Amino acid sequence: MTARRGYDPRMIVELGHFALVLALFVAVVQTVLPLIGAHKGWPGWMALAEPAATTQFLLVAFSFAALTYAFVTDDFSLRLVVDNSNTLKPMLYKVAGVWGNHEGSMLLWVLILSLFGACAAWFGGNLPPSLKARVLAVQALIGVAFYLFILFTSNPFWRVDPAPMNGQGMNPLLQDPGLAFHPPFLYLGYVGLSMSFSFAIAALIEGRVDAAWARWVRPWTLTAWLFLTIGIALGSLWAYYELGWGGFWFWDPTENASFMPWLIAAALLHSAIVVEKREALKSWTILLAILAFGFSLIGTFIVRSGVITSVHAFATDPTRGVFILALIAAFMGVALTLFAIRAPAMEAKGVFSTVSRETALVANNVLLAVACFVVFIGTIWPLIAELAFNRKLSVGAPFFDMAFTPFMVALAIILPLGTLMPWKRGRLGRVMRPLWGGLALALAIALLVYAMQSGHSALGPIGLGLGVWLVFGASVDLMSRTGRGGLRARLGRLARLPRADWGRAVAHGGLGLSIFGIAAVMAWQVEDIRVAQLGDSYDVGGYNITLKDVHDTKGPNYTAKTADVIVTRDGHQVAVMHPEKRFYPVAGMPTTEAAIRPGLTRDLYVVVGDPQKQGGYAVRTYIKPFAVWIWGGALIMAFGGALSLSDRRYRVAAGARRAAPAPQDPVPAE
Amino acid sequence: MTNLARIALILALLSPVSLPILLATPALAVQPDEMLKNPKLEARAREISKGLRCLVCRNEDIDESNAALAHDLRVLVRKRILAGDTNSQVVNYIVARYGEYVLLKPNTRGANLILWIAGPAMLVAGAVIAIVTQRRRRRAGESGPGLDAEEERRLAEIMRE
Repeated sequence: MTARRGYDPRMIVELGHFALVLALFVAVVQTVLPLIGAHKGWPGWMALAEPAATTQFLLVAFSFAALTYAFVTDDFSLRLVVDNSNTLKPMLYKVAGVWGNHEGSMLLWVLILSLFGACAAWFGGNLPPSLKARVLAVQALIGVAFYLFILFTSNPFWRVDPAPMNGQGMNPLLQDPGLAFHPPFLYLGYVGLSMSFSFAIAALIEGRVDAAWARWVRPWTLTAWLFLTIGIALGSLWAYYELGWGGFWFWDPTENASFMPWLIAAALLHSAIVVEKREALKSWTILLAILAFGFSLIGTFIVRSGVITSVHAFATDPTRGVFILALIAAFMGVALTLFAIRAPAMEAKGVFSTVSRETALVANNVLLAVACFVVFIGTIWPLIAELAFNRKLSVGAPFFDMAFTPFMVALAIILPLGTLMPWKRGRLGRVMRPLWGGLALALAIALLVYAMQSGHSALGPIGLGLGVWLVFGASVDLMSRTGRGGLRARLGRLARLPRADWGRAVAHGGLGLSIFGIAAVMAWQVEDIRVAQLGDSYDVGGYNITLKDVHDTKGPNYTAKTADVIVTRDGHQVAVMHPEKRFYPVAGMPTTEAAIRPGLTRDLYVVVGDPQKQGGYAVRTYIKPFAVWIWGGALIMAFGGALSLSDRRYRVAAGARRAAPAPQDPVPAE
Repeated sequence: MTNLARIALILALLSPVSLPILLATPALAVQPDEMLKNPKLEARAREISKGLRCLVCRNEDIDESNAALAHDLRVLVRKRILAGDTNSQVVNYIVARYGEYVLLKPNTRGANLILWIAGPAMLVAGAVIAIVTQRRRRRAGESGPGLDAEEERRLAEIMRE
């Protein structure tokens, strides 16, 4: 390399490194001074948190931009770029490569952390000054911990000397648009829960949790949850089309790491409603907010330390893992101690009867928390078994399918009841009245399908029944908000319902669609594995498949064998599909690209494998019924969350605490 | 270390979905030439395979894995089936040779019982706690005058704001 350090644009990288160090110091200031200010009641010190949060964000953003610049300009004097990039890589993946590795992804982590902090500073105008100062201080404290983690154990700005001419590229399986955008969404979710945590800690310090607090904390949780939903769906979709056989969920520790915070965030969303509407479940909600972020940290630990993958990998380089473990211990230890001291003072105001919406939401919380606990213990059990009982064992998909599913089924069954249940005191008979039709319909469809499918597992019919029940329940829920009168008048009023009502119904309906999609694929998938010669035709699940040709093709940084597969049904051509076997010379790695023809009622999924000794190719054909509904349902869920987030009551929450304590709305909407 | 090994190592610590990436190289899994002629027996072999872990893989069953060892195990499973073993005999045969690590669904022996009853036990605990809290609260709500002094003070404080 001829370019001299210090005289060329690569100086930007050094500035980025410096900006990260500066951000650490700003975060220290943002932690200490506003906390003191809030304690002493000094407005100037409290107000300092806002510009500090903005500054911190700008510094990290610059640092992140500098690293991106290094990737985009192929600066191979940076070790991270050498290890994860290559001049041949398409531009999109050079950018995505920034967070497609440990160090860069941690930088993305703190970028999002500081972005959330800055957003709280910018949009938190209606927060009381002391609460705001404390929230921003706690948020900055999390930042301090992670800046230290990055700078001392995972610095993305280390140089190599001499700089090599080219980099080693990135795992070709990661060269995929779905995966490129999966981590940012996931992190927006993970890290978004830090906001709920900061609010919880600030409330514990203030010693006050009320309806207004719940109203402030809920949008943040909702934002985090909806990004987590999208992130998990993207990851699952990527696994579906990239990893081979169209599996969409493997119960892998890394997947569980994102699923646990999702479950707790879902519980938190619901319990915060109870705090907001009824001032009950306060301490439980605070605990959930702490745990939600705790699981985010545990997820970070699982993924970053490599401990679950291999205890030995962890033992050979434990710095990162031990650092994060210490972080978890410190944050959770302090938070839970604070909780133990302050929570008893948070007496609930709202009293409710056994049959009430409060009870339904408590049941929701218990089921979600237990489901999360099952995932948690299943994920760490191999570790416990090895350390405590000296048994090397595995906990895989069959365990999770069996131990986790019942709780979700129970949740889906009670869900429509809960949405129709009135606050304080309800009557089961009255709540069930509009639901009997849906229950009968769901049961009838499930039984009919069970009778017709003969021999398949009962999973499909159960999933179908639950899906019908949830979608029906969501519709009844919406209609029940339209008041009295003729059908026309009520339909007219539908459009004017608060967005929160729509959001709830849409999200619950989306859950029903996802459950149905998952059950349908697991129960009714048709599979065919065979050796096919060129020109061979065969039938799979009502489709006729012809392997017409296999020829060589070339991509930007790979070569491939591409097949032409013709799919017909009843003599009509349905699709021409092109599954590929690719070879990436830089990584020296072959990958299989399945060809997928998605459809509302089924996905066609074809994989062509290696040429066989006796001629021909190993061909796998799958008919995956209703597969797109899995992710469609998840996106609909996220959309429901977004609708709820855009509800008027969050946008005009300003001065909420000053307004009359009674809500102006006679009908509580959430 | 070779470059590939280093990339693999980095990937292991990588993004939240690194998943079976490491070994999801060429798409192989169960091969046409491994499969049994009798569809009933083959279906049994597939079912058993889905519960057995590929020992050198990360969280993959032998049915999906491409590793050579997974291939050997698939063949072994089919051999035992042809020899007339029942499903559980096949599994026991494999566990006797490779240890319980090979089971994706852990058995319920010894400490594993904790794993299996953890969920149901916590559900019961959660329900009991919820009911007890609810009872106590309602009783307090019925007998008490509504607000105690501390709550009065806080209400006043809230109203003042």
